[in-house]
Amino acid sequence: MIQKTIDIILDILVIIFLLGGTFSMFTASVGVLRFPDIYTRLHAASKGSTLGVASILIGACIFHYTEYGIISGKLILGVLFIMLTAPVASHLISRAAHLRGAKPYGTLKDQYQEAIDKEKRRQKQQQKSK
Amino acid sequence: MSALQDNFAEIIQMISIICLIALSVSILLLIIRVMKGPSNADRAVALDAIGINIMAFAALLAIILITPNFNDIVLLIGILLFIGTVAIAIYLEKGDLIDTEDD
Repeated sequence: MIQKTIDIILDILVIIFLLGGTFSMFTASVGVLRFPDIYTRLHAASKGSTLGVASILIGACIFHYTEYGIISGKLILGVLFIMLTAPVASHLISRAAHLRGAKPYGTLKDQYQEAIDKEKRRQKQQQKSK
Repeated sequence: MSALQDNFAEIIQMISIICLIALSVSILLLIIRVMKGPSNADRAVALDAIGINIMAFAALLAIILITPNFNDIVLLIGILLFIGTVAIAIYLEKGDLIDTEDD
């Protein structure tokens, strides 16, 4: 009796995780389509997709537990791997886009560009003093 | 109680099919962004998101087909996706992948 109740609760958890993850991934792709520039699109894609896929993989893990009684370590590893690599990948893409001259939408001041210019000036002065 | 459990198994199958349809629509939206994308960086972002959607696709297929054999594929797609995205980003930043010039 208790085992069956636990199984039903786990089934409801699976449903919640699957629906929540799908909602998050769908809104992320709508954001990628609708946002005005590259940085806001990255914001939508990396955060929303990461949350969505983590939720769906956890739901699949619980489903495998109720169906076979196994805990699939590969799915948990997949969640950890996505959580580690998605920020790195989006950071690399945004740096490359900034280097290629993508302007942030609706902002007047680009502090990252100012910091790069300051660093370049400092290096030039050091070379002159040598 | 057992009948309720069987009902829940069917409900999970139906919900995973609904989730598959929603993910298909979201991949379609991302493909529109890949085709439209003003710059190459936009295309890289959309391709990254498509790869993550395909990971979720594999996990949902494992639920629909009731097999644990798709779990390797989820991990494999994640690793290949990261390598591909890093390669695209380095190509965008430097113009070539392997530096052949001698310093």
